[in-house]
Amino acid sequence: MEEFTDIFLMLLLVAGSLAVLYVRNLFVATMLLSAVSFLMALLFVTLDAVDVAFTEAAVGAGISTVLYLGTLALVGSSERPAAKLSVIPLLLALSVGGALIYATFDMPVIGAADTPVQLSNLTKRFVEISPIEIGIPNMVTSVLASYRGFDTFGETTVVFTAAIGVLLILSQKHVRRPEEDEVEQSGLKPAAKDHGQVGSPHDLIPHVVSKVLIPFILLFAFYVQFHGDFGPGGGFQAGVIMAAGFILYSLIFGLHITKKLLPLRVVELFLAFGVLLYGGVGVASMIKGGNFLDYNVLSADPVAGQHLGILLVELGVGITVTAAMLAIFYGFAGRAQGRGKDVN
Amino acid sequence: MFFDHFNYWIVVILMMIGLYTVMSRSNLVKKMIGLSLFQISVFLLYISMGKIEGGTAPIVSNAPDVIYSNPLPHVLILTAIVVGVATTALGLALIVRIKEAFGSVDEEEILSNEDNL
Amino acid sequence: MTFFMSHAPVLAIIIPLMGAPICALFRGKTAPWLFTLILSGIAFAYSIDLLIAVSANGPISYEIGGWAPPYGIEYVADPLSAFVMVIISGISTGVLLYAKDSIANEVPTSRLGFFFAAYLLALTGMMGITVTGDAFNIFVFLEITSLSSYVLIAMGARQDRRALTAAFQYLIIGTIGATFILIGVGLLYVMTGTLNIADIADKFDSISDTRPIRAAVGFLIVGIAIKLAMFPFHVWLPNAYSYAPNIVTAFFAGTATKVSVYLLIRFIYTVFGADFSFGTVYLTELLLPLGVIAALSMSVVAIFQDNLKRLLAFSSVAQLGYITIAIALATEAGLTAGILHIFNHAIVKTGLFLTVGAMFFATGTTSIKALAGVGQRMPMTSFGFVLGGLGLIGIPLTPGFISKWYLIQAVLERGDYIGYGLAIAILLSSIFAVIYIWRVVEILYFHPSPEGAKGSEAPLSLLIPCWIFILGSFYFGIETSFNVGFAEQAAQFLMGAR
Repeated sequence: MEEFTDIFLMLLLVAGSLAVLYVRNLFVATMLLSAVSFLMALLFVTLDAVDVAFTEAAVGAGISTVLYLGTLALVGSSERPAAKLSVIPLLLALSVGGALIYATFDMPVIGAADTPVQLSNLTKRFVEISPIEIGIPNMVTSVLASYRGFDTFGETTVVFTAAIGVLLILSQKHVRRPEEDEVEQSGLKPAAKDHGQVGSPHDLIPHVVSKVLIPFILLFAFYVQFHGDFGPGGGFQAGVIMAAGFILYSLIFGLHITKKLLPLRVVELFLAFGVLLYGGVGVASMIKGGNFLDYNVLSADPVAGQHLGILLVELGVGITVTAAMLAIFYGFAGRAQGRGKDVN
Repeated sequence: MFFDHFNYWIVVILMMIGLYTVMSRSNLVKKMIGLSLFQISVFLLYISMGKIEGGTAPIVSNAPDVIYSNPLPHVLILTAIVVGVATTALGLALIVRIKEAFGSVDEEEILSNEDNL
Repeated sequence: MTFFMSHAPVLAIIIPLMGAPICALFRGKTAPWLFTLILSGIAFAYSIDLLIAVSANGPISYEIGGWAPPYGIEYVADPLSAFVMVIISGISTGVLLYAKDSIANEVPTSRLGFFFAAYLLALTGMMGITVTGDAFNIFVFLEITSLSSYVLIAMGARQDRRALTAAFQYLIIGTIGATFILIGVGLLYVMTGTLNIADIADKFDSISDTRPIRAAVGFLIVGIAIKLAMFPFHVWLPNAYSYAPNIVTAFFAGTATKVSVYLLIRFIYTVFGADFSFGTVYLTELLLPLGVIAALSMSVVAIFQDNLKRLLAFSSVAQLGYITIAIALATEAGLTAGILHIFNHAIVKTGLFLTVGAMFFATGTTSIKALAGVGQRMPMTSFGFVLGGLGLIGIPLTPGFISKWYLIQAVLERGDYIGYGLAIAILLSSIFAVIYIWRVVEILYFHPSPEGAKGSEAPLSLLIPCWIFILGSFYFGIETSFNVGFAEQAAQFLMGAR
């Protein structure tokens, strides 16, 4: 039965991707991409990757879609029809696909228990010993935050890089083009002039619903943050959900109120603080005589040390991700607001 | 037998669609969408490697004789997903600025604009 | 002191990494720059310490998180990685000496904190790629470098809006390259069940004759070639180098593609092993023609450029062609020449881009025509450019000569017609280099300045770092024991490792 669910989902994936390729309206393409991400998340659940499914749903289907829609609001959503079938890209894509198909014939059967991956020492260590030596039930969290904690540190740094990158790129001054002046002189102001500025003051239902919803979203974010040891979840997913709460608030009540609550400068501080907290745990373990990110030395009892270390680094991840998503959102929303004006 | 590598074939199809979108479409937003598709397909490649038949999610449970799927590919792909969204955010930010600077997000129109500054 | 030495491999990475968030909070013109300079200098000092320690006592392994490999992530400083780390952090520190006035001229003061944070992240990423002993960790740090370099290139938009399209083009191509590397690492993982490079290398021979491995080699080589700007994947590089802020171009010209060269060497020689790479999958037959085409065609293209930065960028692609040839020779002499040229080209090309940056600082342009007569107006800068140009061509006493000497010896070692052909191709490409450098020199010195041309000599804060690179390059062209010695040591280590 499970196989048929898988196959059905995967065929839907292919159909969705083909539709993404052919559809000309970029809003539709974005929504289809979001649907593909969501299907992928479902597929990950059937493949036992619940943490990944959670992240893909929150990031791929959630935050990315918000970013795409924000961009489309600024750049327009129609795509020029392509003149012709492009032969060279088609051949290149086919040859890359061919190389992988060639590879699959010798690849271990999916789901088999005797593949190099399943028999590897790493798998044994992570599955059998990690619950004892790290002491937390969710092996993904153990591997993520402890065995491969340095990858996760790098990943937090990637998020930090993206956030300062978006702020740098979107805070450059907008040099006005002559056409824009003409448009404004003739009284035809760009349509999206002041959206985001006032939010949607007249819609009673979204106001009430979101006021009820937002506290629960934030509470859920905290749950995901601190429950990551026992079930799916962790700093990443929590950070994305937390940011989503603030973004919803800002969409309903207006960007300027959110910015009063959490000014950009404060967001920047949090952005930096999360990375420093993560690195700080590593430095602390060096000072206590271990290697970088060796949580065993953080406490007299190694398992307690691992607990403490993982808690703190996950917190660092959560803080940076929340701040980064908010910073990126501020960047895009500020651009929409300040069209034609200097944003600095 | 036929389904032994079915996931991988789907990966290949998604990957080709993604790559073809990136290379053949001249609209920059569409290129980014294609790039996202391309990246998503690789996630499935990794996750399929870790699956074990009759297994369950790698979270310790008290049930007897549980087989857990491999947690390592999950960790790697968590990282890759985050890297993917970071790239998307940067790419879209660049697109917004390109629209302002060139008045278009179509590669061919931009190329023709570049010449007459 | 032992504390700092025993953690040296990781400290060289995390000091710039953790410096970046702090730097992002700084405001003003001087503070972020000075902070970045100091951190880069510390990373440089650690790299030199590491290189000395490695060359005396052999490779150093550092277990991050206290987890023994292959369970955790391992840092490995060996003769090659320590040498490349010294190049990266050294170039970065030298460029930063120069950066203060140059960048204040091109980026708004209010954004300098973020700008230098991105710079530090690019440095961190490159150092991290070099020292890591874990295949997936390479991908993570590669993305740190890539994302920060897209941002840094886009910062040139204030001078020329085409910086934005250049950054976007690089983002698309670079992400495809990185994803190819990710696929390659995945295929290695599915066959070996491990991510540690040494562990993969141990298991490699027993599974090397399978299709997934051959596909993995293909994806990895293509992915790295894209990042390396190897012909025919070089299209992003001339745009990116032309429109990026001057110090960013100078920094990347000396480091970014070199890190990819490092990765290519690492995978070919350490992971796959030379026997497999050249015996089973015929990488010589693949890479050698690409290297020759790059060295010849890109030198010709460089002759016809109107923009000085673009000219030097095409010349970089041609020089990467030499390195590709050297690696493809599959001999110790070839490898020595390749590693040596990483060092020599880095120092010469960075020096050249810095002099061009000084010309831009004074005149506001890098168009070759508009720079007519600069030889009279900016004698010191122009003379620096000429000396750097000689290094690029490979006149005796310059490092360019040393690496070409080793390269030609290595190709002649083959003793067949292909070897002679390669030697002729290398000489021919050098002649093209004479033409494109001479063309610039002629306009700089012998064409009259245009009416009302602005610009006088660049300030000392720019001139001194330029001349450090130029004189440094001559030092390493005459007293070659440092660069040749370490390159030979690294090549011997790699050939002996398998």
